Amino acid sequence: MMKMSKSKRKRLIYNCVTFALVIVAFIVLQSMIANKTITRSLKGQLVPICCWVVMAVSLNLVIGISGELSLGHAGFMSVGAYTGAVVSGWLLRAFDMQDPTLRLVVAVAAGGILAGIAGTLIGIPVLRLRGDYLAIVTLAFGEIIRNLVNVLYIGTANGKLYFSFLNKELPADVTMLVDGAKGAVKIKPISTFTAGFVLIILTLIVVLNLVNSRAGRAIKACRDNRIAAESMGVNVTKYKMMAFVTAAVLAGMAGALYGLNSSTVVPTQFTFNQSINVLVFVVLGGLGNVLGSIISATLLTVLPEILRAFADYRMLVYAVVLILVMIATNNPIIRAWLTRLGNIFRHKFQRGTEKGGAAR
Amino acid sequence: MIFLDNLINGLSLGSIYAIIALGYTMVYGIAKMLNFAHGDVIMVGAYIAFCGLQYWGLPPVMAILVAMAVCTVLGVTIEGLAYRPLRQAASLAVLITAIGMSYLLQNLALMIWGANPKSFPRTFINSSILRVGELSISSATIITILANIVIMVALTLFTSKTKMGKAMRCVSEDRGAAELMGINVNRTISLTFAIGSALAAIAGVLLCSSYPILQPTTGSMPGIKAFTAAVFGGIGSIPGAMLGGVLLGVIEIFGKAYISTELGDAIVFAVLIVVLLVKPAGLLGKPVREKV
Repeated sequence: MMKMSKSKRKRLIYNCVTFALVIVAFIVLQSMIANKTITRSLKGQLVPICCWVVMAVSLNLVIGISGELSLGHAGFMSVGAYTGAVVSGWLLRAFDMQDPTLRLVVAVAAGGILAGIAGTLIGIPVLRLRGDYLAIVTLAFGEIIRNLVNVLYIGTANGKLYFSFLNKELPADVTMLVDGAKGAVKIKPISTFTAGFVLIILTLIVVLNLVNSRAGRAIKACRDNRIAAESMGVNVTKYKMMAFVTAAVLAGMAGALYGLNSSTVVPTQFTFNQSINVLVFVVLGGLGNVLGSIISATLLTVLPEILRAFADYRMLVYAVVLILVMIATNNPIIRAWLTRLGNIFRHKFQRGTEKGGAAR
Repeated sequence: MIFLDNLINGLSLGSIYAIIALGYTMVYGIAKMLNFAHGDVIMVGAYIAFCGLQYWGLPPVMAILVAMAVCTVLGVTIEGLAYRPLRQAASLAVLITAIGMSYLLQNLALMIWGANPKSFPRTFINSSILRVGELSISSATIITILANIVIMVALTLFTSKTKMGKAMRCVSEDRGAAELMGINVNRTISLTFAIGSALAAIAGVLLCSSYPILQPTTGSMPGIKAFTAAVFGGIGSIPGAMLGGVLLGVIEIFGKAYISTELGDAIVFAVLIVVLLVKPAGLLGKPVREKV
């Protein structure tokens, strides 16, 4: 057997733990559903949890791995949600496709593709920029998408789709699918927890493989030192684009799943605040840490439901968490102090003294 | 006539953007960070002025002065608590902290003043209307434009003539060299935040005099648009912020009037994207060459 290097083995264990955790959680929850021991509110949250996990992991790809702050992630989610709603409604009414699973698969795929196209269109100009400019432009794009969706009208009649922009000028006999500021209406909820689980697994396969591939190493090199990477012949724009578009596709798929979980989707669901929510998941879970993103997205989606009494303080706490985590992980004095604390613990509870210093 | 009306409205809105953009551009020029919370300092300033007028019975000028004082303290505190520990950190970390700060301010305002929109009281700023022929101009418009001009002249004089102002320009050019020349960088950055936040209070009062609805999210959208204005004019340049702000205000009002009301924001952001792609240094900014 081939001998594995230490870092390779570490990575394999990390990936296995990530997959195992998701699968075990799925099995436990499924058996809870079968036994009817699951609470009603938790059951209603299963699909949204899956969506937010996918959102967090995909945003982590952009922020943690590629090192660019994207503030328009909810924009891609809304593209996916609308596409999913329209495709699903159109398939049902025009082709009489009754099978919900097939419809869901087509809708989610369509949501991913359209969000990917949007991501490519946005990425081409945006990824030429750096740092703060990139953040503000992605924010701007998120708002533009929301603005455009607000004046979009889509209806279906006789197997045809009718589009109209700014003014509602559609034939009289159409069934409205997207009705401007009212959002996507009359959606038949077809999302299932199993579909969410499959999407998470798909996301993990894509993201973990990308991160540990040649392309992933190139992406990380661009993050750590753009100039050095460029001088080693790495095409920075190409690799940043790869991370950005992959994240957009995944966000679009999550959006489609999210949209098809309820009967309406309104533009106000995908504001800047929603992008910040996902950002909090990513920051709290640890930049670049996929498993952390999954756990924090799950906990932060479930906890507000349980701690309903503190609902008013939720965003306040999020804000404080963002600031404290950033200061604690980036201030040299505090970091040195935390490392020392970590070392003391390690010496007390571990027999081996492998190496000092906490991970990045 | 409608054209002139729109133009004057645009100039007024643009002047407000310009005053906010000054805060962004000074902080960006000196601390090299996007102070995301700046928009929310505007909101706090407006709330303080509102309380002064409505509850404490202060005369308008006093209320504005109190709001400026509170915002100055707030700005310096934010810088000292949240941004100073991250002076050496990557820009990503600083930006996320600034976003967190913006959210913190919004949610604190939500807890203190509630979510219900408050209507900003009438003061001398927006009490009368000037009529010129068929044109009617609100006094708020005139005062906003005048305030903008006064502030810009004062700031230009400050940065070019006084010792502190020169220190600010030094720090923005080369922080390390400035430190070697005996300039106290931390104090200079604090001062920048103080000036920017005091201006934000004025902008908040002017904004709410023209658009008298006050709620915790009042500052965020004008804040982002003002940043757009700062980038448009060339970040770090004081006349640039002025020019960018006024142009952006005019573009927004014309876009809303002649293209679509709903797409007003989208048009503004489209301007930002086009500017960054075509002339990333902005209208009056100097392109910076990257050194390896």
